[in-house]
Amino acid sequence: MSFSTQANDWQSFDFAAGFHSVHPNEIRDALDRAGSQTPLDTRDLLALLSPAAQDFLEPMAQMARNLTCQHFGKTISLYAPMYISDFCCNHCTYCGFNARTHFPRTRLTLEEIDREARAIADTGIRHILILTGEAPDKTPLSYLEDTCRIMTRYFSSIALEIFPMTETDYRVLKQAGADSLTVYQEVYDPAIYKTVHPKGPKSDYTFRLLTPERGAAAGFRAVNIGPLFGLGDPASEAFMAGLHARYLEQTYPHVEISLSLPRMTRAGGAISPRHLLSDRQFVQTLLAWRLFMPRLGITISTRESAAFRDQLIHLGVTRYSAGSRTDVGGYHVHTAGTTVQFEVTDTRPVNEVAAMIRHSGYQPVFKDWEIF
Amino acid sequence: MADTLTLGHRNFTSRLLTGTGKFASNEQIRPMLSASGSEIITVALRRVDLQASPQDNILTHIPDHVTLLPNTSGARTAEEAVRIACIAREAGCGDFIKIEVITDMQYLLPDNHETLKAAEILAKEDFIVLPYVMPDITISRQLYDAGAAAVMPLGSPIGSNRGLEMKPMIQRIIDTSRLPVIVDAGIGRPSQAAEAMEMGADAVLINTAIATAQDPVQAGKAFSLAVTAGRMAYQAGMAGSSRRARASSPLTGFLQE
Repeated sequence: MSFSTQANDWQSFDFAAGFHSVHPNEIRDALDRAGSQTPLDTRDLLALLSPAAQDFLEPMAQMARNLTCQHFGKTISLYAPMYISDFCCNHCTYCGFNARTHFPRTRLTLEEIDREARAIADTGIRHILILTGEAPDKTPLSYLEDTCRIMTRYFSSIALEIFPMTETDYRVLKQAGADSLTVYQEVYDPAIYKTVHPKGPKSDYTFRLLTPERGAAAGFRAVNIGPLFGLGDPASEAFMAGLHARYLEQTYPHVEISLSLPRMTRAGGAISPRHLLSDRQFVQTLLAWRLFMPRLGITISTRESAAFRDQLIHLGVTRYSAGSRTDVGGYHVHTAGTTVQFEVTDTRPVNEVAAMIRHSGYQPVFKDWEIF
Repeated sequence: MADTLTLGHRNFTSRLLTGTGKFASNEQIRPMLSASGSEIITVALRRVDLQASPQDNILTHIPDHVTLLPNTSGARTAEEAVRIACIAREAGCGDFIKIEVITDMQYLLPDNHETLKAAEILAKEDFIVLPYVMPDITISRQLYDAGAAAVMPLGSPIGSNRGLEMKPMIQRIIDTSRLPVIVDAGIGRPSQAAEAMEMGADAVLINTAIATAQDPVQAGKAFSLAVTAGRMAYQAGMAGSSRRARASSPLTGFLQE
């Protein structure tokens, strides 16, 4: 049984009424159970994401910090994204790389990828995330395979954030050196999904929803998922993402599961976000996920500001990107004139992010994997 | 005669093994080792970066007199564990290897079957093999036959601080094993470490509880004292403990006269 069965079952659920029905005692109970290492269930997740839980953010934060410290120690892992191509045939209404947006598109050559990789590795980064738009004619499997092979010269972990593929294709990229997969559902609400993905292969909701499962089945050791906040109702999206993560954790126990909280900023050609996620809701979501899944990885990108990220360290985050460029060739190859997928808000270089982590009493971890 | 822990061909005075993970800073490792007297420290090969700056290279924080125990964290199969062990030895991490083959990321529970397979291969390759296992007397016998240097049953899940939840199973291993028994994982307090030693464990491995303490140096010292106290209590054959035979003044000795 895939996650799509579960996702279907929840489609008829009245989230507004469900969140409204939560009594503060349910949140106290959930906190007690989290403290005694008793697993929380889906009702607890609903309670922790409800408006009533907003009055419990401090005890939730204390608990989240303890659980995270226990399972991950006082460490924050670091990675950097590398955009290798911005050609894309999809029509995501919120994305700077949308096929309908007109700008000169770029696809790095293998030689340019090598130069970018070297520039990133020189900053100390050992975990790389490869990103590209969906354009099978421009970035076919063989190109991605070659890219992975180049990355193995410079990095000890290679993650993919590319268009959904078949299990067979993922196996090819795993063989070429990739070990992890990131894929965001963007929005779990199927009606909104349809509106914001009107055309292109990405309009297939179910194929995308089952991508993490295909990646896990292909043998990736880590899978990172998440909703893009700003599209659907934040609390119910966070709930569905939590369920999805738990489903993956239980179905693929050998895979490390993590969640991200990307929230929309205004990229070129994009629509304005409809459901803004406030800082308070952002923190509530992070804490609820942590209490629901104590061993869950939680990733925060440079979409968030330096000041905000400095505070989040204590609340259950396990991984940060650092020194990120979200334009193709942004590290070394090109210096101006390209389009970004989203605006980076924390623009500090890697060494400054690492210094901030140390200053906060945590250890920045550059390498936490070995290609073997 | 000195009370030493023998692993492979090596003797150790300290019965407290420690780990390098989860510290707020690698700078805490050296003073922790000094305060705890630990002579063996485990390090995940996946975390070792020989190209990193001295601050970020874990190995530069481990004094020469402390024995490195590289572990195969990240391995999901015997084959992967063997590959990691070989990389570790080639990287100059020595002959000791802690086999960790973990296929359950939620509780980090080991796969005994794959662990045994890896132990058989690595022992033949002359590694000093310390396998991390679910407490099971059958696997502990098989590991002896495979040439392992010790057996490392878990007390409770890694990082859980729940202590000796597997106590009766661990006791059976201690009672029957021909290998040194090192209780690994889940020990969250010095009193739990002392308890394991009182039961007759040959050593304990403590990482999370030390590394995530507010003062890891002080915590290392506390665990060291607890391990020593527990060992002494075991050797003293405390009243109420029926595990050790007592030769003096048997109550029914008169029956043979």
